[in-house]
Amino acid sequence: MQDLERNRKYNEYVTSKMAKTKPWPSLFHAFWVGGLICLLGELIKDSLMYFFPTMTADVAGVWESAILIFIASFLTGVGVYDRIGAYAGAGSIVPITGFSNSIASPAMEFKREGIIFGLCAKMFVIAGPVIVIGVIASIVAGILGLIF
Amino acid sequence: MNRLGKQTFVFNNYPRVIGNYSVVGPKEGKGNFAQFFDEISDNDLFGEKSYEKAESKMIEYTITQAIANAKLKPDEVDVMLAGDLMNQITSSSFAARSLSIPYAGMFGACSTMAESLCIGACLVDGGYVSNAVCATGSHFSSAEKQFRYPLELGTQRPPTSQWTVTGAGCTVLARNDSGIAVTSATIGKVVDWGVTDANNMGAAMAPAAFDTIATHLQDTGREPDYYDLILTGDLGKLGSEILMDLLEYKGYKLGKNYSDCGQMIYANYQKTFMGGSGCGCGASILNSYVLQRMRSGHLKNVLFVATGALMSTVSAQQGESIPCIAHGVVLKGDL
Amino acid sequence: MLGQILIITTKMTSARILVSFLLLGVALEVFGVFETLREFAGSGVTVPIMGFGYSLAKGAMEGMAENGVIGMLAGGLTATAVGITVAVVSAFIFSLIFSSKTKK
Repeated sequence: MQDLERNRKYNEYVTSKMAKTKPWPSLFHAFWVGGLICLLGELIKDSLMYFFPTMTADVAGVWESAILIFIASFLTGVGVYDRIGAYAGAGSIVPITGFSNSIASPAMEFKREGIIFGLCAKMFVIAGPVIVIGVIASIVAGILGLIF
Repeated sequence: MNRLGKQTFVFNNYPRVIGNYSVVGPKEGKGNFAQFFDEISDNDLFGEKSYEKAESKMIEYTITQAIANAKLKPDEVDVMLAGDLMNQITSSSFAARSLSIPYAGMFGACSTMAESLCIGACLVDGGYVSNAVCATGSHFSSAEKQFRYPLELGTQRPPTSQWTVTGAGCTVLARNDSGIAVTSATIGKVVDWGVTDANNMGAAMAPAAFDTIATHLQDTGREPDYYDLILTGDLGKLGSEILMDLLEYKGYKLGKNYSDCGQMIYANYQKTFMGGSGCGCGASILNSYVLQRMRSGHLKNVLFVATGALMSTVSAQQGESIPCIAHGVVLKGDL
Repeated sequence: MLGQILIITTKMTSARILVSFLLLGVALEVFGVFETLREFAGSGVTVPIMGFGYSLAKGAMEGMAENGVIGMLAGGLTATAVGITVAVVSAFIFSLIFSSKTKK
């Protein structure tokens, strides 16, 4: 038996006790780090198109994300990405590099449980939902595209 | 009956602390209590291949050292009471595997130190064993892996979060003529006031500590002033403030004699938000700072209340609120 | 770059943040707004995970237009196959090389 009224009051009291986070500094951190990652991406893309003039913008775009993903994986490996994340929050989660980090970090974490059941099985613990939802949404988008 | 009220056991034969040891990891070694810990490891893998193995090794090593500190040989120890945060308390059981001492696993999450001391004192006091080893430990990296996110995932820790202490502590109890005695213990009830946020353990556990402390004071008829130190395990900054508010509401005023291990263990610059948590938090401080201060006569009566959150990752994902527990142990210096 | 304005640090877990931004990308593409944004902001909208959603949706819609239902089923993942493959392969390689470390 739980005293619901007391629990509600207690939770309200706890919320009022909690230190309020200041949103502006963290928004700013997220903004400039996120911006920097995108800028880096743009830089990669532009230089690719500059050095390989035959490359179309679409192909360069694919290269761009592939390179960013690779860099983020590496930074996760050497233990730098989580520090960027602690500073920038969503600023480094939302870019494609965050997606890469969310695949590489559980893979590293569970490596000690073996290659198959550890590393490979746990690789999509965080990124799995993103791919599943993404694929479902793409089907919905395809159907919508047909209707309109 | 050797009992006061409903929940407080009294130990008339005075089980005493005959040995103790504490080991912590590198981060804790840079905190506020660096000079008190018996040993600070500069490598948090303890020479092992995984953090789970490291945790087990750390607990095993702490127990071995505490037994040596008590001037006993491992085969002279009658019972070992230990627990930790890992699923199926593997770290402690694996440590017991290599020590080959009769073993009873304890699980009280972060309250394990107080729980094992309480049961150990009962066994020694009742004459069932001549000595008992009470130990627990926790490791930041294995706890993060089990309860939160991979270490390398770039997320921000919420401001109410706490940092799991890498550390272990062990106390050896026996009937003895002198030494710090365990005079009574209060077994807590599971208390749940509906907090669901697993990143706000302090707020979830404070009501349990409140319940146990209030019951203890009621059972013994004491006032908080009776104790030189009332020490909670790992409520953290927010949790201890809530506890003080709750007790004040009930008419007990905690003053300068109240402290929280979690709040104290790390220095401010270490960015642990609300402070430390985990079994190792209370265990390492009790077995270093507190016992040393008691031996030197600075502290005489100490009430150690360790709190624990009894949730699992599955129960948290299913939206259950966090049931919590707290056990209290009274230590008395012999000066 | 301006896509970052959309970022508000909420209390959500990172998987949820990723999913919601992904869906935002899909929705923007379905309503045909994404192309305009992309011309304006370039990598500012394609690098965030929204760009991933956009590619998924665009792939499925183009596949539908070209090859019907089969095209639609294949389109989403085809368009994002490079990203996923690189992420998986590099994660695999790096996690073989490196181990996670305790944070200081």
